[in-house]
Amino acid sequence: MPDLGLEVLWKGKNFVRLLGGLWVALRISLIAAGISVVLGILLGVAASRKRSVSSVVLRVWLGIIHIMPQMVLLFLMYFGTTRLFSWNLSGEVAAVIVFSLWGTAEMGDLVRGAVSSIPAIQRESAEALGLKPAQVYRWIILPQAVRRLIPQSINLITRMIKTTSLVTLIGVVEILKVAQQIIEANRKASPNAAFGVYLAIFVMYYLACRPLSLAAKKLEKHWR
Amino acid sequence: MKKIIAVVTALVLVLSLAAVASADAVYRTLDEIRASGYINIGVFSDKNPFGYVDENGDYQGYDVYFAVRIGEDLGVKVNYISTEAANRVEYLETGKVDIVLANFTVTPERAEKVDFALPYMNVALGVVSPDSRVITDLNELTADDQVIVISGTTAEDYLVKNNPEIRLQKFDTYANAKTALENGSAAAWANDNTEVIAYALQNEGYTVGIPSLGSQDTIAPAVSKGNETLLNWINDEIKALAGENFFHKDYEATLVDTYGLDYEDSLVLEGGGLAE
Repeated sequence: MPDLGLEVLWKGKNFVRLLGGLWVALRISLIAAGISVVLGILLGVAASRKRSVSSVVLRVWLGIIHIMPQMVLLFLMYFGTTRLFSWNLSGEVAAVIVFSLWGTAEMGDLVRGAVSSIPAIQRESAEALGLKPAQVYRWIILPQAVRRLIPQSINLITRMIKTTSLVTLIGVVEILKVAQQIIEANRKASPNAAFGVYLAIFVMYYLACRPLSLAAKKLEKHWR
Repeated sequence: MKKIIAVVTALVLVLSLAAVASADAVYRTLDEIRASGYINIGVFSDKNPFGYVDENGDYQGYDVYFAVRIGEDLGVKVNYISTEAANRVEYLETGKVDIVLANFTVTPERAEKVDFALPYMNVALGVVSPDSRVITDLNELTADDQVIVISGTTAEDYLVKNNPEIRLQKFDTYANAKTALENGSAAAWANDNTEVIAYALQNEGYTVGIPSLGSQDTIAPAVSKGNETLLNWINDEIKALAGENFFHKDYEATLVDTYGLDYEDSLVLEGGGLAE
């Protein structure tokens, strides 16, 4: 069997450090995902009314988020806010804010699309039955929209988990940075460490993202 | 459309007001650091043997050895911040670290943005390439060849300025750059000569074809622009440490495994080089 440099994983606290790094990545992306889902649904429902102020806000917001690489947003949030407002955000807080801004915009757009895709007759029938607008959303529109949303939102959340690898540039040591530290510290003793360590984080990312897609599949089946 | 313009105008106004409001100093003075009981020092966490993290999660290396001593002599706890080559200046400009001790080469461009203390090491640029095709002169590179550099390093600046025809492959981290070289994705890797000499000594099959490119530079601690009290304290500290040959001890504790004793006197600077 070729030397995969797996032995570095068991050296000292390396394995625990990798798991710690994974926890940092998950903490940032899952908190941001939670915020994005809640705010995204509110924004998306508001924006689904054509020619409303919120639809303009969503369009501008989404436009800005789409043209700005996440790395630029992270730099602006971490270093830019210190220059402009003297805010001293920690790297992790800055990352959660950026990921929430990104997630809310994309989630909002997904929700807007899903809500608009529900045929108008559904709303009209519900109103004819005497439901108030809030009730129409709660019982008629959202339950149908949410089902259409599941696949894309899971896709968004797993993309967020993977994009956390950028936060090392604002000083947050997450799983990929820990991996690079381990590879670098052991380059002499185990030159093949890069392979073993990247293999390990591949498995860790997989184990972290897999339950999400399983849960999504289950939900989809449940609602069919 | 009118709404968009209104929103953007309002945003710009708020931002510019805030910018005016926060024109005060970004850095912490020596007294503020002492009073707080801690100092934030930006170091590399993946650049063995200058700044790296060992298997117990502790910071180690030539820069870190000095950082530990600064903490002891100031009587404060050291918080290590993991920096990348590309964000070292930004960290100082926003005062998010008090000192950068991250193999920071002194250049005129950087000196406009941060204040460098006395240097503690010599450095030039070097180019390492595989034994199968050792590059001994930049002219040997053909139009198909690419050269690996790390974003924000002096090697990148030098090549962009002096050899704009060379195609560069840029990486943000040392770990990725080295992995790319090993995978044969470029003809050579240009970086500080310390870095490439160490790399060639540690890795079979690679040779430093160009050991000294460009001018001789120095590596020094850096603080935020204008932070006089901290800068003066570091300069006094470096001068005082010359008495005990501190950086030679540092070299023997951290760099000797990588470079051997041959390079000790050419790499190490004591007392900012003034004493020698």
